[in-house]
Amino acid sequence: MDVLIDLIWTVIKIGLLTFLPLILAVAYYTYMERKVIAYMHVRLGPNRVGPYGLFQPFADVFKLLFKEIILPSNANRYLFYVAPVLAIAPAFAAWAVVPFDGTHVWADINAGLLYILAMTSMGVYGIILAGWASNSKYAFLGAMRSAAQVVSYEIAMGFSLVGVLIMSGSLNIQEIVEAQGGGVMDWFWLPLLPLFVIYFISGLAETNRAPFDVAEGESEIVAGFHVEYSGAAFAVFFLAEYANMILISALTALFFAGGWLSPFEGFTFLGDSFIRQPHGLWFLAKLVFFMTWFLWSRATFPRYRYDQLMRLGWKVFIPITIVWVLVAAMFILNGIVVRGA
Amino acid sequence: MKNTVVRYLKSLMLLELVRGLGLTLNYFRKPKFTIRYPEEKTPKSNRFRGLHALRRYPNGEERCIACKLCEAVCPALAITIDSSRREDGSRRTTRYDIDLFKCIYCGFCEESCPVDSIVETGLLEYHFEERSEGIMNKDQLLAVGDRLESEIAAARLQDAAYR
Repeated sequence: MDVLIDLIWTVIKIGLLTFLPLILAVAYYTYMERKVIAYMHVRLGPNRVGPYGLFQPFADVFKLLFKEIILPSNANRYLFYVAPVLAIAPAFAAWAVVPFDGTHVWADINAGLLYILAMTSMGVYGIILAGWASNSKYAFLGAMRSAAQVVSYEIAMGFSLVGVLIMSGSLNIQEIVEAQGGGVMDWFWLPLLPLFVIYFISGLAETNRAPFDVAEGESEIVAGFHVEYSGAAFAVFFLAEYANMILISALTALFFAGGWLSPFEGFTFLGDSFIRQPHGLWFLAKLVFFMTWFLWSRATFPRYRYDQLMRLGWKVFIPITIVWVLVAAMFILNGIVVRGA
Repeated sequence: MKNTVVRYLKSLMLLELVRGLGLTLNYFRKPKFTIRYPEEKTPKSNRFRGLHALRRYPNGEERCIACKLCEAVCPALAITIDSSRREDGSRRTTRYDIDLFKCIYCGFCEESCPVDSIVETGLLEYHFEERSEGIMNKDQLLAVGDRLESEIAAARLQDAAYR
């Protein structure tokens, strides 16, 4: 009985402290996206619903929730409904090992990074199933593109993380962050600069965001894998995409930008002031910083052609990451970069 | 060979991408052109041709003398006029309909009117809820004229020097 109560209590805690904030973050991330992109288009963006359009995300969510979920004819009913769940589950599950600061993490496991890799790879099944079960050529094309793209960029992404592994000597995410101690110049983004850039760009590709959104490709295949989805099922895909973007931003912040560590840690002339201390707010700031980059690149870059995208993944990113993994190993072996300096 | 190397290095530095990001950032900071419509409105010319109205003289007498010049000049055949002799012997309209679905808002009726009776007001925010409302009769047109007389007069006064 006690075990059961414990379990329920844990579930409630996870819901209140991770799911709810994450869903709210997604809601306001969409608002932020629309605002940022509008401003870059010299427009104003949503400003009708509530002050400065702040209630717009809720209007959108309730509209979607009240709409009918249409099942296409001859679609695979079971897979059609399971696909959005498969898309969103890994996006949320990955947060289990994401530490918010030095002490707050749901599961402080040794193979955290491996778990993250596993979870982010799972997300593609939702997309493939959605495309397959929809019984639509556009959805099917989108799913095929998405599958090929995610698999290709997963490799570059994995190699980037191998660089992080070499530098930190650990798979535990908290240890990875602590290995970056010492201030902004000691974070891994500097010694692993090419890997940092490639990780983030692969992150764009992994989440099917512009300029790698060939899986959606409005101008060619309507909306790709989720053409046939409407109402709440579409909302779930939407949620999954944005939750994945936030996740990638969080991981970039943790692996390359020192997580919750203060950028001013090494500035001893500041004394013992609080801005030198590690804090969850630093993590939040870095998270928002990288989240902004997603929107900024969407407003700036045109979509890649499919063959260019494959070329970039296989012929540019993978060779560079392999080379830089060796360089990183050299850094460690020759003591040019010292772990946890 | 050297050029190729330089080109590769340049593309690896992402220089062009960074310039593109700089461009969008620049636009991000620029003032926006959007007019928040119901609260803000673009300035409107005093010659704006909006909803029609029939005017009256200050003593309350309607201006229209049923000369039917507007009916004749109307290129869209939107105006229908019937007339008869009133008790005091003057010629007046018994029917003055404007079909707003036909009207192209060219302003010829206003140009042709010898007594400045039919005018197009500056009113542009109006709507119909039934199709029948799209045809305005004499009473409705006079009502619009009564309601907007001060604006109509002000706009005509501003434009008087150029007519």
